Amino acid sequence: MNFVPNMNRRSFVVGAAAVGGGLALGFDLPLGPQVVRAADGSPEVTAWVVIRPDETVVIRIARSEMGQGTLTGLAQLVAEELECDWSKVTTEFPTPGENLARKRVWGDFFTAGSQGLRSSHELVRKGGAAARMMLIQAAADQWKVLVAECTVDKGVIAHKASERSTTYGKVADAAAKLEPPKDPPLKDPKDWKIAGKPLKRLDTPDKVVGKTVYGIDIKLPGMLNAAIKDCPVFGGKVKSFDAAKVTGMPGVKKVVQVGDSGVAVVADTWWQAKTALEALPIAWDEGETANTSSATIADWLKAGLDVEQAIVGNQQGDIKSALAGAARKVEAVYGYPYQNHATMEPMNATARYTADKCEVWCSTQNGEAALAAASEASGLPATKCEVYKTYLGGGFGRRATSQDYVRQAVLIAKEMAGTPVKLLWTREEDMAHGWYHPVTQCRMTAALDANNNVTGLHMRISGQSILATVLPGRLQNGKDPATFSGLNPTGAEAAFGYTIPNLLIDHSMRNPPIPPGFWRGVNINHNAIYVECFMDELAQAVGQDALEFRRKLMADHPKHLAVLNAVAEKAGWGKPAAQGVFRGLAQANSFGSFTAACAEVSVKGNAVKIHRIVCATDPGYAVNPAQVERQVAGSFVYGLSALFYQECTVKAGRIEQENFDNYDCMRLSGMPKVETIVMPSGGFWGGVGEPTIAVAAPAVLNAIFAATGKRFRTFPLKNHGMTLA
Amino acid sequence: MARLTINGTAHDVDVDPNTPLLWAIRENVGLTGTKYGCGIAQCGACTVHIDGVATRSCGVVVSDAVGKQITTIEGLATNGALHKVQKAWIDHDVPQCGYCQSGMIMAVAALLKEKPKPSDADIDEAITNICRCGTFQQVRAAIHAAAA
Repeated sequence: MNFVPNMNRRSFVVGAAAVGGGLALGFDLPLGPQVVRAADGSPEVTAWVVIRPDETVVIRIARSEMGQGTLTGLAQLVAEELECDWSKVTTEFPTPGENLARKRVWGDFFTAGSQGLRSSHELVRKGGAAARMMLIQAAADQWKVLVAECTVDKGVIAHKASERSTTYGKVADAAAKLEPPKDPPLKDPKDWKIAGKPLKRLDTPDKVVGKTVYGIDIKLPGMLNAAIKDCPVFGGKVKSFDAAKVTGMPGVKKVVQVGDSGVAVVADTWWQAKTALEALPIAWDEGETANTSSATIADWLKAGLDVEQAIVGNQQGDIKSALAGAARKVEAVYGYPYQNHATMEPMNATARYTADKCEVWCSTQNGEAALAAASEASGLPATKCEVYKTYLGGGFGRRATSQDYVRQAVLIAKEMAGTPVKLLWTREEDMAHGWYHPVTQCRMTAALDANNNVTGLHMRISGQSILATVLPGRLQNGKDPATFSGLNPTGAEAAFGYTIPNLLIDHSMRNPPIPPGFWRGVNINHNAIYVECFMDELAQAVGQDALEFRRKLMADHPKHLAVLNAVAEKAGWGKPAAQGVFRGLAQANSFGSFTAACAEVSVKGNAVKIHRIVCATDPGYAVNPAQVERQVAGSFVYGLSALFYQECTVKAGRIEQENFDNYDCMRLSGMPKVETIVMPSGGFWGGVGEPTIAVAAPAVLNAIFAATGKRFRTFPLKNHGMTLA
Repeated sequence: MARLTINGTAHDVDVDPNTPLLWAIRENVGLTGTKYGCGIAQCGACTVHIDGVATRSCGVVVSDAVGKQITTIEGLATNGALHKVQKAWIDHDVPQCGYCQSGMIMAVAALLKEKPKPSDADIDEAITNICRCGTFQQVRAAIHAAAA
């Protein structure tokens, strides 16, 4: 896909100057058939499918592509129903402004929660199926034969009886004039030929030659560049700044205050802007968050472990009686830190503002939210705003949670009316102004009877709710349902996989003034560590094998159990590992998928070598199994980087870590061999990008315990002197 | 004004000589395949070749690059033919978001020039670029394939 920054993509193009093949069309007569045309004049058969005269099939992709492969997967689903030639498929992103103008014909643009495929598969498949039916209808009409007598294969329509054939490119225009079928039937996934197959990604060729355009790469005529510093203390404000000190520096065009908390320098180049910004004296009004530190937060969360009342997420039986009557209790307290997404591409956006139009070019996981942010910051109605999405240099939730960078870019551009301005954050700014993985502590308390049966479990989570800050409208009577990811009593989205007669899982919500956000995996990251490490602690306490112990509690949860059994079998659980190598297990259900892992590690001194992780995932359907495998392996890198290295500590109301030198990530040398069992069982649509991340850390922690007898309950492991070999 | 030779072409760039080479390449020359990730030579997204040596261009100032042969991702293919590393990257579908991959590919191309058949240990030592998507498993497989 080639991104053309200054293109004028009108939904309705009148006239056909740009149409290849000399088609004479493009009349949007009020009473005649309306043909919607792409920018080059090619007809849109349905909103999802444009067919060019040269047989190129352009598939519209509403969701963002941030590396997770959704672009290719969505195209596979459309192409499957369309019966087109996959080698002729290309893609483009419709804009949020077009979606608004066309009554959200492309549905939701939001790309998070592992929703890219699973919440739009039906919509896009129907878009492909409807287009196929219209194309065949157009051919049948031309030949004056019955549709049922026509066949299609790879975009070639044939009428066997009369030995005639034509192509999608030839009938696309006629097809575009037909009324789309209301509810086109869809194929049974077992008949898929394009979907469900491990096809190559469509976006790879451009990515290996440096051609892919990310937000940071936008170039517009006359564009200036901006660097920004927001008050390093959350909630603080700008007190004053001395613009005169830097206005004479090379390239500097303007120094602007951005909202009440930021200051930006606009210059010819970004390097000039950044250099001047560093020389700019700024005084901050730090506000009350300056009194907050990691220690004050930890104390407050710790107190939440003991309060009587908490928000109930899952309750069975009577936990109080079970604990009171227990022959034996096992208790452990865990904690999980703040973490930054640290996308490789720092936050950025380019904006051009005039009195009657505001345009934004950016990497975003939520084009429609970016449009809303542009509208709000510019003061123009959304109908006078537009957002052009680029590829994302990583998202992981950061570009879904907040469009703060869009707001800033528009506010700066508003001070430079008519001139496009690209705002780019430094890595340091990105570290200082994240929407962090929320911080929690957790006390696990189990009741055992005299026969070592688990009769009760109280899981008390104390800590931050993402929704309370980010989407307070989604709280349910003060409860953040997302907090209980993987802990819910029922459902296939994120259910607890164990049957325990007396169970209480509750949440003492405590929201420190550090902005929380959706961070790949979100709440299942810490929940899976708490549950799965504690399950190992219980197994150890009763002297049972970790797999057998789980199996007894999981009998009523066959999908959870199936993936766990699959990894145990493939990893050789119960059989001897290589000399010095130890294994650990974990399982979880989140984002609609069932996942499990078995990790193999050896530990020398403080260095942990992760040799191999066997993973199984049941996402219901696997639209591209090769990409599922890559998401699994990649999610492990993200999750294990966090486990070993990543913590954002708070001192005087600001984040202490500034760059990758003190916020490290796993490198290639630490990469274990990841073997993935993709085992879609059908009948439901689960996610792929996130669900597996959660099982990596507890599986590795349980393996480290097996190897060393050391049970780590706070993270990252570097705080215990442990490193990744 | 400094004269930079990038991908065989001389560019006269009007920048402060202390400007990091990365920014001269991206902003003054306009080659945006080379990426900014950290600015402190930690992540490797800005890796280019300077006289054939893989170098993190955020840590080199323009004045130190004058008179040297600089190759960026845009110049790795020769006469329209992809470099064997780029081909292996396509065969193994290596990139996810792809943002770090220009630097990763440049680092690997330099490694293979120095060590045509690197061992896993050689790879571990030489390729220290950060990839937040975590496509390392594909990277390793593709390096071995390119070296075969």
